[in-house]
Amino acid sequence: MSYMFTVSPDFSPDRLSGWYIFNTWMQRQMGVDIHLELYDDFCAQRVATYSNKIDLIYANPFDAAMLVREKGFLPMVKPEGLLDEAVIAVSAESSISTMDDLTAKLKVAMTEDPDVNMIGMMLLESADLNDDNIEKSIFDSYILVAKSLLRGNDDVGVFLAGSYDDLSNMVKKQLRILLTSEIGEIHHSFLIGPKFADRREEIQNLLIGMNENEKGQGVLESLGFKSWEKVDDEEMEFMIDLMDTLSV
Amino acid sequence: MLEDMKAEDIVGEYKEVTLDLYKLGSRKILYTEIETPYPDGKLIVSTTNVEGVISHVNQAFIEMSGYAEEEVLGQPHSILRHPDMPPAAFKDLWDTVTSGKKWQGIVKNLRKDGGYYWVKATVIPNIRNGQVAGYTSVRRKPSATVVDESIKLYPTLF
Ligand SMILES: Cc1cc2nc3c(=O)[nH]c(=O)nc-3n(C[C@H](O)[C@H](O)[C@H](O)COP(=O)(O)O)c2cc1C
Repeated sequence: MSYMFTVSPDFSPDRLSGWYIFNTWMQRQMGVDIHLELYDDFCAQRVATYSNKIDLIYANPFDAAMLVREKGFLPMVKPEGLLDEAVIAVSAESSISTMDDLTAKLKVAMTEDPDVNMIGMMLLESADLNDDNIEKSIFDSYILVAKSLLRGNDDVGVFLAGSYDDLSNMVKKQLRILLTSEIGEIHHSFLIGPKFADRREEIQNLLIGMNENEKGQGVLESLGFKSWEKVDDEEMEFMIDLMDTLSV
Repeated sequence: MLEDMKAEDIVGEYKEVTLDLYKLGSRKILYTEIETPYPDGKLIVSTTNVEGVISHVNQAFIEMSGYAEEEVLGQPHSILRHPDMPPAAFKDLWDTVTSGKKWQGIVKNLRKDGGYYWVKATVIPNIRNGQVAGYTSVRRKPSATVVDESIKLYPTLF
């Protein structure tokens, strides 16, 4: 039997080879065939997961919620210390200096990243902004969001905090952060599908122990992770409940 | 049982009122006109068991309420009940969540030091294995507009 593995399309392009290395490592450790299938966008990935094609997924919080609640996926681990937070930023030259300066008809640049947009919209809501009174432009990557701000095409950008940090210094110097969320509870997680569920504990233990040997450490490094930490059912359910409250 | 508020905990000039709390009886409240602004970008989170007893709070909850964690765990949420909040709001909250639905509203909360803070709260039932296992409230920063509306509306609801 072979299994299908996929990764949320929001990973940074520098990590592409890392995910292939990780998949090779998993196959060796578990002695099974695992096919890594990467999708270009969130929509294509969701179609695949909805049609029960996927057995293992490193999922963003938004898709994880759907997969756990509707598709019987189970949480295994999360990367240590990596949280999903959103940044609201403007061009360094913008006349907007605080969140209080934001007004209706604001032009907002964002990606299709569903959890970042949810958190971003929640932050904008405190300035009385919502889907009905802003103009959104959707870009394929955070660097394109940044460029749109620098060109003056959009007023504010919504970024994944980690991706904002990863922008080059030259770009960051021309931007200014208005607000960073400090939620502290929302994270990506590695989930296992119902077909594979009997191996959950085994894989979970393998992943948790990964940073204990040099080989595993090297693989983690290629993903930009320090280690994997266990996520139990209640932690996952709690995170989903929390996101549920933010979706309204 | 909720203890009365103590004068030595209060910062600034205060007024005194006695609130009649559901199942708990009366509690003496000391409150001031000092507002603590909502911390930008943070969520204030707490969870209760099915009886409404607080079982988990996050750091922002502790900072904003002014209570230490051990002072709120095991207590009802009415420890935050501000006298300016109309009882109808909380009746609606409980009616909504006990019927399995989400409740959302603008709430003025009382701090241990007698001050207050406004939140936009969303309360949901935590469903585990098909059963309600407790309730979670997630509060975020309310916009100035919705706070102004509530300041006008709430006195009319008593
Ligand atoms: C999860 C949850 C969170 C709550 N949070 C608050 C709160 O922050 N402030 C508050 O006054 N009441 C809150 N309540 C409502 C209280 O339980 C209570 O109904 C309210 O303080 C009014 O007190 P009374 O019902 O004793 O009249 C919450 C209820 C639930 C279920």
